[in-house]
Amino acid sequence: MLNAIMMKSCLGMIKVSKFIVFFLLFADVVILGYILIGNNNISVLNPHGLIALKERNLIIIATLFSLAAVIPVFIMTFLFAWKYRENNSKAKYDPDWDHDTKLELTWWAAPFVIILILAVITWKSTHELDPYKSINAGTKPITIQVVALQWKWLFIYPEQNIATVNFIQFPDRTPINFELTADAPMNSFWIPQLGGQMYAMAGMGSHLHLIADAPGEFAGSAAEISGRGFSGMKFVARASSQADFNAWVQSVKESQNKLGLPKYNKLAAPSENNPVALYSSVEEGLYNKIIMKFMAPSGGNMHMQGTNHQ
Amino acid sequence: MMGFIFGKLTFAALPHEWYTIGGAYSMVAMGVGVLVVLTYLKRWKWLWRQWLTSTDPKKIGMMYIIVASLMFFRGGLDAGLIWLQQALSAGGSHGFLSADHFQQIFTAHGDIMVFFVTMGFLFGLINLIVPLQIGARDLAFPFLNSLGFWLYVAGAVLINLFFVLGGNFAATGWLAQAPLSELQYSPGVGVDYWIWSLQVSGLGTLLGGINLLVTILKMRAPGMTLMKMPLFVWTSLCSMVLVISVFPILTVTMGLLFLDRFAGFHFFTTGFGGNAMMYTNLIWMWGHPEVYILILPAFGVYSEVVATFSQKRLAGYISMVCATIAITLLALSVWLHHFFTMGAGADVNAFFGMMTMVIAIPTGAQVFNWLFTMYKGRIRFFTPMRWFLGFVSTFTLGGVAGVMMAVPPIDFQVHNSLFLVAHFHTMIIGGALFGIFAGFTYWFPKVMGFRLNERLGRYAFWCWIVGFFTSFVPLYILGFMGATRRLDHYDVSTGWQPLFMVSAAGLVIIACGVALQIAQVIMSIKQRKQNLDTTGDPWNGRTLEWSTASPPPFYNFAIIPKVASRDAFWEMKFSDARASKDKHYEDIVLSKNTAMGIYVAGFVFLVGFALVWHIIWLALVGLFGAIACVIIRTFDEETEYVIPAAEVAKLEAGRNANE
Repeated sequence: MLNAIMMKSCLGMIKVSKFIVFFLLFADVVILGYILIGNNNISVLNPHGLIALKERNLIIIATLFSLAAVIPVFIMTFLFAWKYRENNSKAKYDPDWDHDTKLELTWWAAPFVIILILAVITWKSTHELDPYKSINAGTKPITIQVVALQWKWLFIYPEQNIATVNFIQFPDRTPINFELTADAPMNSFWIPQLGGQMYAMAGMGSHLHLIADAPGEFAGSAAEISGRGFSGMKFVARASSQADFNAWVQSVKESQNKLGLPKYNKLAAPSENNPVALYSSVEEGLYNKIIMKFMAPSGGNMHMQGTNHQ
Repeated sequence: MMGFIFGKLTFAALPHEWYTIGGAYSMVAMGVGVLVVLTYLKRWKWLWRQWLTSTDPKKIGMMYIIVASLMFFRGGLDAGLIWLQQALSAGGSHGFLSADHFQQIFTAHGDIMVFFVTMGFLFGLINLIVPLQIGARDLAFPFLNSLGFWLYVAGAVLINLFFVLGGNFAATGWLAQAPLSELQYSPGVGVDYWIWSLQVSGLGTLLGGINLLVTILKMRAPGMTLMKMPLFVWTSLCSMVLVISVFPILTVTMGLLFLDRFAGFHFFTTGFGGNAMMYTNLIWMWGHPEVYILILPAFGVYSEVVATFSQKRLAGYISMVCATIAITLLALSVWLHHFFTMGAGADVNAFFGMMTMVIAIPTGAQVFNWLFTMYKGRIRFFTPMRWFLGFVSTFTLGGVAGVMMAVPPIDFQVHNSLFLVAHFHTMIIGGALFGIFAGFTYWFPKVMGFRLNERLGRYAFWCWIVGFFTSFVPLYILGFMGATRRLDHYDVSTGWQPLFMVSAAGLVIIACGVALQIAQVIMSIKQRKQNLDTTGDPWNGRTLEWSTASPPPFYNFAIIPKVASRDAFWEMKFSDARASKDKHYEDIVLSKNTAMGIYVAGFVFLVGFALVWHIIWLALVGLFGAIACVIIRTFDEETEYVIPAAEVAKLEAGRNANE
């Protein structure tokens, strides 16, 4: 009895279900379109620096080339599926046709050619956009040393001898030479609007070169999971005019807060959702000391807490 | 003394958070429920003799699929919690999960879906179908098959055990990246649970891989040369080659990590010369081929489904085989693309980027082969064929994303973002899972003897497709918006929340699809009389599994078929070979049931459990117990039994009379 009722309702549902499917797909498109049009937050596609711009262009080029292969496949799939449906008696039926050397060579060659072009693009762009390569913009680059901690970013400006937590400022149209390490689990340093990310790893220094093409504030994040507090491990990257940057450095210099070793050790202890902090001076060679402490069993030449083995 | 007996397992470790208490209660309740039902129905002996101790690959295959389905609900529940948290937890709201709990959930979600759901389903399908497709009665090593299955079950129990016995799960992401997974940053037992549940089930996978490789190479019916094997057998073979090549890497990597955590070694620690980058390399040397281990058998399913439902030969068989082998080899040479952002030079990055793209060539050729199989066919749109079309729709999207990410400078911008998450879900759901669903529907009548309800299957399919796009297209966009993966909280100003909500809505639609699939199986069992498959060949099939009855007799084939061509059964239908009623039966030798697989896996489970909690004596008991069981088994010389030819004739006559 129950079955009979279910069967009946199923029959009635055929047309309804088709309607629902198309309605839902349509709703998807409308909702996503609405969100996208009203949204200028798509940071990767709205670059504010040379590197991010080139990476964005590369995204578009790679997409177009792969679409060149994918769209014909897509069309052919549904065309064939429709044309050779069982109740279309007009279409040819050739159950034993299974091989045509020329055709098969064509469909090995087609993806081959596209991949060949993409491979050339890959080789060239990977070298051009190597994060380790410095940017030549005609201005003197600025160095910022980045230390991933649990769970905040420490930034050291060796040339200015200042340091900040979860905030950086730098002049626009000036290449920034980021040097990265970690005193914590591996992390990934990412400012999407300026360019791609780079890992920060304990006991190692890595490099990343970025540049901002105009003043602005950009969101930066910790892209790799590093434990409990990593969702709150965000920072703001502010590009400003050179004059504004100089003024900002001066204001930081006036701070009473100095980053000596004991203070660093306190800072390095795990903490979450840290506010911005500014330090008017930094222990000499702190960045190198942080790297070196993982190099020697004694913990290098500085006393550190919470590291080394138990 | 207590420390010696219980290791780190103390009363304080027992469940005390709402989710572990809830999990513990519901699992104990389910367990008691099953026990009561079994006792009430007096099915204990039946269960033990007919199923649990069976070495019949058909029964083991079904048990794989049942366990994988159970794990699918666990993994799906995790997915629901992840989505709900991310849809709610913006700005002032912090959702309903703590960061630590959230991280455990997505770690478990990833591990369960890859190791226990997708792998379980695939081993199930391969066990059920490969012996039938190659005209064999059993696998090469039936006992090993049973042992492999029970090790998989032991791993599945171990990964859920913390609910009942306390502790927690790893909160490190599904691959437990070092140094986060080292004792210094993950001091609890979570990572140890991760290590041992995967170690135990991984051992089962490796044994299964060896077993299936030997089976396919040595047990084929007379006349079935390698180039006459059905594509599903080919892709299973290549998948098993990858299993044998890379699972030892996983075993060693997790072993080294355990030494770090247990014995104070420094393979991957931050200090003392440890090198976390090496962990990343090793885990992806296993991890990337693992993707192809999952996807290759699915490609095999699509090849079978497209040919059968187009009622036409598979186009370009030879290029299909070449493409499969090419993918297998290339799969081993691309692992570095998982960490372009680790600072390797441009030469290294560019090389691995290009190798990754090269895989698109054989994959593209395979897609074209499927298209030209449909060309000039007579396509019948049963559910498996729909899953195939769904696969083409999603897989092409995921393929575009994949080629993009193979370009290192693009990867710098999408690595660790939700774009990546969307990409691999497109590949694993759209590729592997849809393939599993296609295979499940396609071979269901062969295994059970009746077809699945078409209409509910269609509804489920549409829910999955709509739900999939609703769920994952927003994630691609979120990735471009700078949303990184695994966030338990984000700011409202990011503008991400609406997209997270759309994505969560998509998951609800997918859940409807799953509900419809359950309803489909229940309805089909209820209405099995209407959908009985009396011929053994419900789809006008092409390969040998359709030449025997549905469900097949326990010996699969009364007479081992002789194979003369690729689509062996299709050819038989049109030749006189089938018409000849010359039935010359021979004695059939089959493997006896054995409980030894359960015992060995049980002892190995003890080893895993004991090492999680550092209970040394128990680990030794488990180790020696397992070794003793294996030795006892080797002295058992009566592992097989014979069904005399006369008995076979009687059984066959009985079956024919019933038809």
